[in-house]
Amino acid sequence: MSITAENLVWRIGSKTIVDRVSFVAEPGRMLGLLGPNGSGKTSLLRLLAGLKRPQSGRVLLDGSDLASLGARAVARRVAFVEQHATTSTNLRIADIVRLGRFPHRSWLSRWTHADDSAVDEALLRAGLQDRRSDRWQSLSGGEKQRTHIARALAQTPTELILDEPTNHLDIQHQIGVLKLVANLPITSVVALHDLNHAAMFCDAVIVMQHGKIVASGAPDVVITEALLRDVFSVEARVETSPHHQRPCIHYLR
Amino acid sequence: MNPENGALDTKALFACLMLASLAAIGLAIGLSVGIGDLPVPLGTTFTAITNRLGWTSVEIDRVYETVIWDYRLSRALVAAFCGAGLALSGAIMQSLLRNPLAEPYVLGISAGASTGAVAIIILGLGGGALSLSGGAFLGAFAAFCFVALLSNGTRGGADRTILAGVAASQLFNATTSYIVTTSGNAQQARDVMFWLLGSFGGVRWPEFMLVSVVVSIGLVACLCYARTLDTFAFGDETAASLGVNVDRARIVLFALTAMMTATIVSMVGSIGFVGLIVPHTARALVGPLHVRLLPACMLIGAVFMVLADVASRALIPQQVLPIGVVTALVGVPFFSIILYRLQRAS
Repeated sequence: MSITAENLVWRIGSKTIVDRVSFVAEPGRMLGLLGPNGSGKTSLLRLLAGLKRPQSGRVLLDGSDLASLGARAVARRVAFVEQHATTSTNLRIADIVRLGRFPHRSWLSRWTHADDSAVDEALLRAGLQDRRSDRWQSLSGGEKQRTHIARALAQTPTELILDEPTNHLDIQHQIGVLKLVANLPITSVVALHDLNHAAMFCDAVIVMQHGKIVASGAPDVVITEALLRDVFSVEARVETSPHHQRPCIHYLR
Repeated sequence: MNPENGALDTKALFACLMLASLAAIGLAIGLSVGIGDLPVPLGTTFTAITNRLGWTSVEIDRVYETVIWDYRLSRALVAAFCGAGLALSGAIMQSLLRNPLAEPYVLGISAGASTGAVAIIILGLGGGALSLSGGAFLGAFAAFCFVALLSNGTRGGADRTILAGVAASQLFNATTSYIVTTSGNAQQARDVMFWLLGSFGGVRWPEFMLVSVVVSIGLVACLCYARTLDTFAFGDETAASLGVNVDRARIVLFALTAMMTATIVSMVGSIGFVGLIVPHTARALVGPLHVRLLPACMLIGAVFMVLADVASRALIPQQVLPIGVVTALVGVPFFSIILYRLQRAS
């Protein structure tokens, strides 16, 4: 157990957005979070990252309650990449990735070798090592997303939480980002819309509907024709791909 | 390309820029002290200063000494600190609210100060116990509290804070106009108008002591938050995910800028434009990271304000223009050039 959610409940007014959600994310694995729009994926991710406090239930990091840890202590091990985070300032890639060292530094501490190597490592992982001086406004969508992931990796997290990281990217960059995340040696929880991509890259998936978990487990067990009909309201055929031995979904017209 | 060399180069460049700005402030202050009905040569000004500091003991004319020491030097120094404080506040507001149009008065502080000032000038509130500056400061403080309450203790996010600031500005400006039109005579209306546009006339050493202390505290406190301000570049959520206590950072920084702005406005009126354009200029010169941006804003703001004060006295002989008029008239063309160059660069 890396991240454990226990009976999480999150309400806005009288509307229950996340409804008694419990699951365990295994260390070093990539956990996909699936579900239609408005099923509570983003809210659940925010609860996991400690950005919102659940009305009831708790999030455990290796057994200790997230609510009992300070914001900086959480940020030293849990990194979060939100959807469409952008800026009007013209920061360099290196400056943005360096933001990831914020939780590791006190008010007046100087920049250390450990900070430097964490930033270099993160840039290398994200394939941005030659682009460190490039400015944010000059980057493509895929580069922006990789910069955010590099910033998150510079936090040297043990858990990485990503909210639809492939949104608005072309297919090359979608696959690139998913490969990048899947090859990381850390636990990741990733909200995804593309079920084929989830089936290909995730070690396990959770499917949400109306704030509740309706299915969870290995992709080949969870992603079935019945589930696609019941949760996503689409007719489809699911086969095992002869190329990667993972489930492959053919949507019907 | 070696990134270490690149970093060194910009570091050296930054240091040069800071030194050049400091020299420019010295020269601008010398210039500011020099001009007027009795022109004072630059050398005499610096001799008078070094005499007072005990570094030299050169005989200078008593008239010069009085003019420099009792009138003009305090004025130039107050102008420098006001420019620094407004530019610093503007930079903080733009970063926190993530809005390039944000400036120190976006929280309704100048509108509140004007209401406080007219309440003193026209209604005679406080029965003489409260000075014009005191009233203006209270008005500014009231406006800040109003905005803080309306934007849900700053928890409502940047857009809501801006809207609350607009509402506060409208409310307090309307109150000011109401008081002026119903109770003021023509002379009082002109006094209010002149005060609103800003003036360094009448500032002396006590004002210098106050504004220098407030702005210095503001700078040190804001510099402690420089890295935190950087994390706001991608919004509150990213800042929070990096371990920033967003609510606390916002309220502390808003309070600091409000304190600086209210002190300045209540002392010299609401001088516009400095808090808007200087941060943009500084960002174009030293980049968006706050460790550099904030000191750069202060130095550039100080130079700009002292020069604007010089221009306000020198443009039309025998007459002093309101400083707010000068900052806008000089600032807009200057700012246009920067905007144009930025556009070409990107």
